Amino acid sequence: MDARLSYFAFPDQTPVPAEPAPSVVRLRQFHRRFAENIVIDGLDLDIAEGEFVALLGRSGSGKTTLLRTLAGLDPAPEQDVQVPSSRAVVFQDARLLPWKRVWRNVALGLKGAERRERAEAALREVELGHRLEAWPLTLSGGEAQRVALARALVREPKLLLLDEPFSALDALTRLRMHQLVLDLWQRHKPAVLMVTHDVDEAIALADRVLVLDKGRIVAEERITTPRGARGDLAHGLRSRLLSVLGGDQGALTSVPPSIPSVVPFRAELAL
Amino acid sequence: MPQNRSFQHRIGATRWLSPVVLLAVWEAASRLGVIPERTLAAPSSVIKSLVQMITSGELAENLVVSFWRVALGLTIGVSIGVVLALVAGLSRRGEYAIDPIIQIKRTIPALALTPLFIVWFGIGETPKVALIAFASIFPVYLNLYGGIRGVDVRLVESARSFGLSRLEQIWHVILPGALPSLLVGLRYSLSIAILMLVVAEQVNASAGLGYLVNNARDFMRTDIIVVCLLVYAALGLGADALVRAIEDRALAWRPKLIAEA
Repeated sequence: MDARLSYFAFPDQTPVPAEPAPSVVRLRQFHRRFAENIVIDGLDLDIAEGEFVALLGRSGSGKTTLLRTLAGLDPAPEQDVQVPSSRAVVFQDARLLPWKRVWRNVALGLKGAERRERAEAALREVELGHRLEAWPLTLSGGEAQRVALARALVREPKLLLLDEPFSALDALTRLRMHQLVLDLWQRHKPAVLMVTHDVDEAIALADRVLVLDKGRIVAEERITTPRGARGDLAHGLRSRLLSVLGGDQGALTSVPPSIPSVVPFRAELAL
Repeated sequence: MPQNRSFQHRIGATRWLSPVVLLAVWEAASRLGVIPERTLAAPSSVIKSLVQMITSGELAENLVVSFWRVALGLTIGVSIGVVLALVAGLSRRGEYAIDPIIQIKRTIPALALTPLFIVWFGIGETPKVALIAFASIFPVYLNLYGGIRGVDVRLVESARSFGLSRLEQIWHVILPGALPSLLVGLRYSLSIAILMLVVAEQVNASAGLGYLVNNARDFMRTDIIVVCLLVYAALGLGADALVRAIEDRALAWRPKLIAEA
């Protein structure tokens, strides 16, 4: 049994309301191809305000392409794609500018006189108030990722995109980051789309888990059980998701080429 | 005895010892007449001449002339190099327009242009400055252009995802990312500029370090020639120290690979 599923220690939010909140993301029949290669094929996706969605999928399933479109990095002309203009991304590699001190990285692109104050407040929220003036290359992996989180949240985004943000961190740091992300999400309530390889991470954090395969959503699970009490439901859910993901766990072994070798061992393989 | 051995060890490992020995041998050879004065002046007479030239103001006067040639030529050359590299590095069209020409021109040794520059600009200050300017364009251009193209695309992308405009991306990401390369180019340009100065000043100069050297050659004053060589070396060292000082300030964000001793 994975510790994460019953680890979180905060009073959980109310269950998902009966009537759906207005969508912040709306994709209809979204498709994308590179030359002959169809990456995403007729995808429909809605994400409600303040909803936490986890997106699972093997490499090559199209999740990165989907995320880049939602982030506005790849234009999608003449397609039915609605995303909020205020959005922010946390990448797997923190992607801080090494020549700017930590607080300037967080304040990047902010306008106005109080940009430093806002950056400071955001950094204090991720418990890095003492590293304001540090150079990014002196940070640890976990610290860098927290700065990246602060840089995303300081913009008060309506949509927060997390691209495997924890996969390069060690197991303990990853747990702390999960807690932190949930805290921040509860406080700021952006809609979150988190791309991950880790089934348990998805189950532990999300309101809704999607599985993407060959450019289509092949499974969807809504989780209403409060976070921290998901240990009981995890087992059945996990095997359901895993079977959709790869049929058997053997197929998953070949999944993560993009994951750095520093990750000790993928949790889902050890289950 | 251990003490004695450590003393020997210290002497053996000292880097200044061999140059000092060389100087002493040179001085002795000159005094004994093994090296005639007209072949190479003794270190002591070089120092005497140096002091003389400093006190008479002769050295400073000519050094200032040479210094301005380098400064002016470098300013022009580096500015042109930076502008060309920015245009070629930041836009596809600029690359197509500029890069092939520069690559062709790069194959011509700048010194080979001296006769042409004399025909064009005469034998005054202009060809000297022009030669220095011309030669110092390339290192700056090549390094800065390469640096701009080598900036991590993922950083540019992340800046774009936060809604930074193209101009802001250039200012916050691309230019700082290319700065280390620019400084490498600047260092090359500085040493090439001094090299060009030496050659340019051999052509009909009426002031400057090269003029001093030419004059001394006519009177077989090897002591003055050596003084001028020392000054050239000092100029090179100074230029290097300048760029290193700039690097220390501008690239403070880079972790020190070698711990400060």
